[in-house]
Amino acid sequence: MINRRSTLKSMALGAVSALAIAAVGISHAQAENKELKIGFVGVTSGPAAAWGTSNVRSMQTRAAWLNETGGVKIGNDTYNINIVTFDDQKDPKRAIAGMEKMAQEGIHYVVGPNVDDGAAAVRPVAEANGIIYFPYAFPKALYQKPASNAVLGMIANYQSGPAIYKYLKENKGVKKIAFVAANESDPLSQRDSGVEAAKALGLEVVAQNDTYQNDTRDFTPVLTPIVALKPDLLVLSGVAPANAPLLIRAARELGYEGLISTETAQDAKVLEEGAGEYANGFISVGGASTPEIASDEMKEFVARYTKMFGEYNDESNTKVYALEYILDTLKANPAAINDVAEFKKTMDSFSAPNPFLKGDAKLSYVGATSFGQKRQLSVPMVVNEYKDGAFQTLFVGSVD
Amino acid sequence: MEQVIANGLYLGAQYALIALGLTLIFALMNVLNFAHGQMYVLGGFITYTVYGQLGLPFVVALLASGLTLAVIGALMEKFLFRTVIRRSHREESTMLLAAATAFFFDAVILLLFGEKQRGVPKIVKGVFNDAGIIMPYDRIVVGALAIVFIAAFVLYMQYSRVGRAMRALAQDRVAAQLMGVRVDRYSMIGFAMGAMLAGVVGGLLVTITGVNSGIGGPISIKAFLMVMIGGAGVVGGAIAGGFILGMMESVGLTVLREYGDVTYLVIFAALMVFLSVRPNGLMGKPWG
Repeated sequence: MINRRSTLKSMALGAVSALAIAAVGISHAQAENKELKIGFVGVTSGPAAAWGTSNVRSMQTRAAWLNETGGVKIGNDTYNINIVTFDDQKDPKRAIAGMEKMAQEGIHYVVGPNVDDGAAAVRPVAEANGIIYFPYAFPKALYQKPASNAVLGMIANYQSGPAIYKYLKENKGVKKIAFVAANESDPLSQRDSGVEAAKALGLEVVAQNDTYQNDTRDFTPVLTPIVALKPDLLVLSGVAPANAPLLIRAARELGYEGLISTETAQDAKVLEEGAGEYANGFISVGGASTPEIASDEMKEFVARYTKMFGEYNDESNTKVYALEYILDTLKANPAAINDVAEFKKTMDSFSAPNPFLKGDAKLSYVGATSFGQKRQLSVPMVVNEYKDGAFQTLFVGSVD
Repeated sequence: MEQVIANGLYLGAQYALIALGLTLIFALMNVLNFAHGQMYVLGGFITYTVYGQLGLPFVVALLASGLTLAVIGALMEKFLFRTVIRRSHREESTMLLAAATAFFFDAVILLLFGEKQRGVPKIVKGVFNDAGIIMPYDRIVVGALAIVFIAAFVLYMQYSRVGRAMRALAQDRVAAQLMGVRVDRYSMIGFAMGAMLAGVVGGLLVTITGVNSGIGGPISIKAFLMVMIGGAGVVGGAIAGGFILGMMESVGLTVLREYGDVTYLVIFAALMVFLSVRPNGLMGKPWG
């Protein structure tokens, strides 16, 4: 006899069975996929946390997206991507420890470190353990022979700087230029190459020795003497996203009316909150998300990132690329999955569609002119101008 | 030169306020609070949330920063520092505890507020530009508020019952106890006040310099520098240390700019020489 209790019991059993079948199905589908570990060693804490955090979150967003849609097919196998992260706290010693951890985990492809000294420090570990790594650091020695395991993950300032200064000289009448940099290896080396590029273009360099501690909170004393020199362009060499709005605001409040630029990637929200309308006209180097050039896939990436972490970081416009390059290169040559020598061979001829840009843009390795070998990701050199809370594309360049 | 002096005075007022809370806690408990900078950062983020995100009046945000940090400071004293001071015979234990709380706060702040630099709308717009001095009005307001807060703090310590009790504790803990001062109670109030000052100055300065999760450590180091110059545990010393550091920074960054980033090199070298001559700072009490 069917009564209410037996009906409920049957329904409950049915629901449990359905859930069990679904769970078995899901786990079976997941079990079919192998796991591919990709490492990240970079700074995700301290004043420069924004650099590494945007890196690692870009990787995690893209990996989650790929895993959700069935994984990545490389050769005959399909892989779920597992991002293994290590916070080096911008300390070269910890960066070495991080790279050793990656080696112990059998990882062959690592994104990072974010700064020069960390990238230089991990080189022996990476080379000894067959790891290709993708630093966001500019020293040429990392990418020139005999080095061969590092691949520059973005546009270097000595590539974007001359293009920006030339554009501003020709289009905005810039004649006098001043540089200010944090007293750290990355910004100082970027300043030096910027000064060199400016002089080569025939610009008058009115300030090139002014520096500040990276933890400076009030830049008025730093900028007071520079503003008095009335440069047409003030270059914030290698400026950290946390410091850019403070420097811009201090310069404008001191009455500076010229142009301000940097060759590092910045975040529009940070500029808006920290400098407000003072940031209008600020020129920086971006990646792929300005409306003029972003593809639908890039827009979906931004949406997924925002959903996953609550807020997008415009620095990820550049940092979205490294994982894509690794996976697409492995797809092009599956033998590279455990053999970085195969990866290096593939780099010379690799080409794939760029999913993040509109049109026929391609992913390829470049750097032959700057480094004598292809050890750089071809990331679009998008020079942006900040305006009322968003970036607008000023011009797009490329590196060969 | 007028601009350099104005910059130095503004920086000095700002620095003095940062150092006050640190020196108060040291005076009362002989605790070097390494988490002072993190408390400042937390105060900044609370003001950012209340004023910048929720759109409530700035005064409310400042009160929220001060009160939250006061409660956190009181809890830290009651459940952490009091216990360690009672049980441990080594002064390093409190330093280790303070360092641990600093790391803890760093991690919590990063988790709660993220990695980005944050800022809030200016509380006063416009720039004063006259007599060779350029100074945004919001800095003038913040500088004036800093001086008002410092004066109020000094008066409170000098004339209030709580202030007198805390000064007695700072001068001689045992004698104060024998005279009937409730050591536990006033230690807790002192720690809460020190933390509150850190929170208030963090909230105040978020309008000028913004805030991000990684600046706690550097803020603490700068505060220690001021306290070392002026003398640990003496309110007047912290104020003097703040103004001296502010002025040295402002003058150094102008006069030495052609030589690269040597200003802090010179400041540290001068500090080493100074401390070898006056190890307790300008007006500090002996360590321990």
